[in-house]
Parts: sequence; structure tokens; C-alpha cells
Amino acid sequence: MAKLRQCAIYGKGGIGKSTTTQNLVSALAESGKKVMIVGCDPKADSTRLILHSKAQTTVMHLAAEAGSVEDLELEDVMSIGFGGVKCVESGGPEPGVGCAGRGVITAINFLEEEGAYDEDLDFVFYDVLGDVVCGGFAMPIRENKAQEIYIVCSGEMMAMYAANNIAKGIVKYANSGGVRLAGLICNSRKTDREDELIEALAAKLGTQMIHFVPRDNVVQHAEIRRMTVIEYDPKAKQADEYRALASKIVNNTKFVIPTPLEMEELEELLMEFGIMEAEDESIVGKSKAAEVAAA
Amino acid sequence: MQTLDDIKPSYPLFRMDEYKGTIGRKREKFEEVHDKQKVADTFAWTTTKEYQDLNFKREALTINPAKACQPLGSALCGLGFHKTMVYIHGSQGCVAYFRTYFNRHFKEPIAFIADSMTEDAAVFGGQKNIHEGLANASKLYGAEMIAVSTTCIAEVIGDDLNAFINNAKKEGYIAQEFPVPFAHTPSFVGSHVTGWDNMEEGILRYFTLNAMEGKEPGKNGKINIVPGFETYLGNYRVVKRMLKEMDVSFTMLSDPEEVLDTPADGEFRMYAGGTTMDEVKDAPNAITTFLMQPMGLDKTKKFVENTWNHEVPKLNIPMGVDWTDEWLMKISEVTGKPIPASLTTERGRLMDMITDSHAWLHGKKMAVFGDPDFTLGMVKFLMELGVEPTHVVCHNGSKRWQKQMDKLLASSPYGANGKSYPGADLWHLRSLCFTDKPDFMIGNSYGKFIQRDTFHKGKEFEVPLIRIGFPIFDRHHLHRMTTLGYEGAMYILTTLTNAVLERLDEDTKFLGVTDYNFDLVR
Repeated sequence: MAKLRQCAIYGKGGIGKSTTTQNLVSALAESGKKVMIVGCDPKADSTRLILHSKAQTTVMHLAAEAGSVEDLELEDVMSIGFGGVKCVESGGPEPGVGCAGRGVITAINFLEEEGAYDEDLDFVFYDVLGDVVCGGFAMPIRENKAQEIYIVCSGEMMAMYAANNIAKGIVKYANSGGVRLAGLICNSRKTDREDELIEALAAKLGTQMIHFVPRDNVVQHAEIRRMTVIEYDPKAKQADEYRALASKIVNNTKFVIPTPLEMEELEELLMEFGIMEAEDESIVGKSKAAEVAAA
Repeated sequence: MQTLDDIKPSYPLFRMDEYKGTIGRKREKFEEVHDKQKVADTFAWTTTKEYQDLNFKREALTINPAKACQPLGSALCGLGFHKTMVYIHGSQGCVAYFRTYFNRHFKEPIAFIADSMTEDAAVFGGQKNIHEGLANASKLYGAEMIAVSTTCIAEVIGDDLNAFINNAKKEGYIAQEFPVPFAHTPSFVGSHVTGWDNMEEGILRYFTLNAMEGKEPGKNGKINIVPGFETYLGNYRVVKRMLKEMDVSFTMLSDPEEVLDTPADGEFRMYAGGTTMDEVKDAPNAITTFLMQPMGLDKTKKFVENTWNHEVPKLNIPMGVDWTDEWLMKISEVTGKPIPASLTTERGRLMDMITDSHAWLHGKKMAVFGDPDFTLGMVKFLMELGVEPTHVVCHNGSKRWQKQMDKLLASSPYGANGKSYPGADLWHLRSLCFTDKPDFMIGNSYGKFIQRDTFHKGKEFEVPLIRIGFPIFDRHHLHRMTTLGYEGAMYILTTLTNAVLERLDEDTKFLGVTDYNFDLVR
């Protein structure tokens, strides 16, 4: 058996992390890999396409019902879906209360203690909410957990801004441990020169754009059926895109400590590609009246 | 009034008329108390079965816990290593609590340090605290190892000790080669027992995980002893003595026996004795590893089995006759060393003592509360003595504990009326002591409030506390006693028998009424 590879998928909220992860994982499962997905998002939508369910019952939800995590068994929280993919959702508190980050820590500790990371697994994917906003959401990249980080992004300002922030988070842990940035996955929004832009960002971060996933409505068609494209329409062109992504990840060897950009650098890059206009410093803070007076 | 030539402590001072008057007036004017009848009625209600049923329906509230939190355990574990400073990453108040808890129990100065996380650290993460803390601690206290664990604040914000400590080394805050083993010990998970286990595993992991080459079980001919959260210093001593008498060489993996019992000879010792780093590094070469409190050492056991490839013997805590027998026989079996005559004689003496006291203990009903292994060992020995264990409360007991306890109780007719209560606290036990009165209860100092409350209902309802457990704050030097092995059984037997006899004297001392049984010879 090959060594277990643990990967974490980060990216701006709404960028398509969960959809990409599940399609990617389906492609891996289709090729015979044994995979587990650990959803690290209170929304708990990281496994629905694999399980054909609305939302999997989460570790934290079950723990709240049972009184404590210590009262749970592994089989209570783990479901098996398409292609034998093992699915777990950490879950978290209701909006506005508690600590979602601690929920992630508790859930992952539970999985480790209960032996969820068994020897047959080839891959574990952590699908992590948005940014590395606190220590809890950095749990998947602690030592002896995910070693490879993939960032899902697209050619939009906020997505790239978030990708850069995530790279900053990775540097903190990469210096003391084995976690590495393994690549950017571009989930296309059909903006101009998107592939070139993400490739340029990847180059600045010291990494690669591992794959450009084009936009295709079949993803939505599959999604309303709570399925991945791989399962819904294995012959679709988009399914081959996810297969290509999967095989690139299987063969990936480019793991780096990222070199995040300064704010100015990032803005320059965005301006170069026409996503951001150059700012006119002379008008900053001037009221309309002042402008009229000046003219 | 207090006068210089007759200074009185609070009791009996506040019983003088002058103070009674002041306190009475304050109560009347400012305290807005309910009238005496209402208070008395409410008290009486809390002693009923009806109240007990409500009490056991409690879900979200603990009243008078019978457990402490993880870092208290990790701190005791770290204390047992040679020249090791216990370092707790978290807030100062928590660590002050750990220090005072042990101060009060052991009557010794206790050196633990905190890196004083404040609101800033809670927002920005505690890495800076670890950096400066390790820099200071490694320079100031002459330690050769720093054992790091955490409090809730660090755990809630998800501080990563491994990364922080490695960064501290990389950035030169502490020398690269300075040993800094660590364990995550969130206070809101498990108990002090879990914390001890986590720190032990952290230390063993730190020194051996990547140094297993050339190591194999049996190479050094020793056995390892893992004590677990053990506060009876006599228990460390008795295990050492028994092994010495058996001519078995051993390594005690965490041994705070000396540092918690330093002599008053004019020299302050921040460190004394303890397991050395070399001993830890050599520990994988032992024949195998014995766990003194197997219920609470899951993580350590897993590590020892998986990394050291030790076949950890399935044993119980060596408390009472049978379980000490089994323990010694297993040691004899794995080491090939016979059990010497001295231990056989000691066992014979214990049997003689049990026979001598049997008439007084037989059929006495006793409630027990404490840690998982302690309650198991105690219940086992009580039944060997013919005592009937009744309510067995284990606040940090799991379902697995309950299964084992129920099986144990079912193994003897003396256990027929015994019932296990995992997760119950002392307020639950209080109810049980009112509705189904045992003759005595065995546990730590906190049981005294149940004794007070039951006594308040009337002398005939009083459940006297026998102090065996942790912590014992209100009696001196009991932490030096022994509860394990034959010697420990002798101490428990002596304590129980004399508690029964004390009580009998108390009941029969009434001149001309009950003193026909106020006997000189018991």
C-alpha cells in the first residue's frame, strides 16, 4: 500500500470548493482509490453529492445529542457513498454562538482516536470553510495531518485575495512542519484571460495552477440531483476535466512553501490584467464641495 | 473581643455572644434570608426520594464535581520527571489553581509555570507567549526538560503546540536540542486522569518515536511501570520495594515521590528525584510495560503497544489481595523471577489482619467515590473484606468503567446491593446517602459536606466520611500513606476498621445508657 496522502482544500466562500472536491474525489474513487472526505464547515455540505443527501448528520450534532463526543462511535458519524468514499462532516454550532473552529478540532481528534484513518486509505480530503480564519480552521494543516494544500480560486479579486491569505496561513505552519502548498485549482468564472491570471498568481506564490476547470452547466445539472458529474454523466466532457485534475493530483510532486504577495504586489497583478483600476490618489478623501471649489 | 493573651481562631471566636449578636443583626437587616421554617422545609425536601428523582434528571449542571481538569493531571505527570519544569500554556489563574491544589494536598511548594495568556493572546494566538515563555523558563529555573500542556483558552483558539515549539527552536528562543515534550490537554475534555495520560504519552513519544532503531522489547531486561494519576507517595514506594524484593529491575515512568516529599534541612529543592531522560529513551528496551491504573491510560497503552511493540499485560490496579496477587504473579511470569518469601510472608500477615478484623467489617455498607481505577480497586478489596459496597460514584467514569464495575459487583454476593454511577457528582451522592443510607462513605475531603448535611438531618442519618482518595485537604500527611499492594491493603483495612470502631465508641459513650457496649476491647 502507498502512503496515505492527506490533502486540504481551502478557498474563498462560494468559490466551489465542495463541488470541486466531491467531483475530484469521485474521479479518484472511480480510478480505484480509497478516499475519505472530512467536511470542516458548519454548513456541512461537503459530502452531499457523494451521499445524495441534503446534509449528512455531523459529528458535532450527534455529540450535542449524545451529550459528549466521548459517547459517539465511529459508525455513528461515518457514511459510505459513491465509489466507497467515506464521508464525515464535522459540523458546528448554530450561527452566532459557540466556536466553529473548536468543532473542527474536536471532530478531527475524534476521528483520529477512533481509528478512522485506517491503513487501506489512499487519500483524505479536508474540505475547509473559507479562509484560515483561526487556529481551529488551521487544524487540518497541523503536523501529521494534511501535508498538501490545494486552493480553489478563480479570476476574481476577492478569490485571489483569499488565496493569498491562505498562502500566508500555510507559511506559518510550513516553517515548522511538513505542510506544503500543492497548487491552485482554477474553477473558472469565465473572466477574461483567467487562466493566464491564475498562472501568474501561482508563479508569484511559487506554486502551479494544477488544473483549469472550465465552467459547464452539467455541474449544476448533476448538483440538483445531488450527484457529482462523474456519477450523473460519466461521459460528459466535464467529467474528463475532473479526471484530469484527479490524475494531476495523484502525480503531483510540486510541493512548496509559498511566497505570499504583499498587498501592492497583488494589486499590481490585478491591474495588469485589468481586474482593478489604478487608483487616483489625488481624489481620495475629497468631498464633492471641495472638488467643486478646487475646479 | 480578641485579646492578645488569648487569641482564638474563628472557631470558637465567632461563637461568643458579641459576635453572635453582630452576625445575627447583619443577617436580619441585610441578608434578606428566608424564614427558618422555609429553610428547614427546603432542606428536608432535598433529602427526599422525590428530590433525588429530580436531581438525577439534571442534564446541564454539575454540582460539587468529583473530578478535576486535564492540565492538573498533566502537571503531576511532568513533575515526575528528572529536573523537569511543568509549563502550562494558558492563563495564569488556571495554573495558580493547580499549584494550590497540590500545595494543599501535599503540603509542599509546587513549581509550575504559566505563560499568562491574556485577551491579546486569545485574539492573536499564543505563539508569542510560548516563545518568550520558553526563553525565560529555560534560562531561569535550571530545568533540563520543559513539559508543556495547555488550558482551555489555548485549546479553544486552536493553538498548535507542535508548530509553536518548533518555531521557538527555529527562531532561537530556546536551544534546538532542549527537550520540550508537549501534550494538548483541553480542560473541557475528560478529567485529570486523561490529562496525565496525554502528558505521559507526549513525553514517551517525544523521546522515543523517532529513536526506535536498535531498540527491542527485552533488551535491557527491565520492566516499565506507568503509575497514572497517583497521589499516594507510598504507592510509588511500595511498588519499588516489592520489585526490589523480587530482584526485578524497573523504570518508573513518572516518579514524583521525592519532589513531593522533600526534607526540611535548610535547602529548597525545586527538583528532586524523578525519571531521567535516559531512562525514558531506554524504556522501549524493557521486557514490557505495566500500567498501575489501566482504565485511565488508553493513549499511553496504545503508544507503548504500537511504537514500542510491548505486549501490555491485561491487569487491574494492584489493590486488595487478588489483584495484587495477579500483578506480582504476572511480573514473576514475564521476568522469570520468583516471588520471594518476604512478599509471601507480607501477604500472610495481611490475611491474618483481615481475619482479625473480619467480625467488625462484615456486612458494613460503604459508598465509594473517586477515579475509575481507584473505585474498581476499592470495591474489589471491600468485597474481599466482606464489606458491602453500595453507591459507587465515578464522575469521570465511562461506559466501559460502568461495564467493568457492574461485572465486578456481580462477581461477589457482597456486591448484590452495589450500583455504579458513571458521570454522577457529589450532589447525586448526597441524595443517595439520604434515601439509601450507607454506614460510611469512602472518598476525598469533599465528602465532608455530605457528612455535615446528613448529620444535620439527625445523628442517626449521618454518613461518616473515610478519607481515602484525592484530594485530602483537611487531614495531614495521608498522601504519604499506601493504598496499593499488600502493604496498601493493610493501611486501608486499618483505616476502615478503626473508622468503624471510632463510630461505635461515639454511639456507645453515653453514660448509663449505651455504655454497656463502650468496650475496652474491640
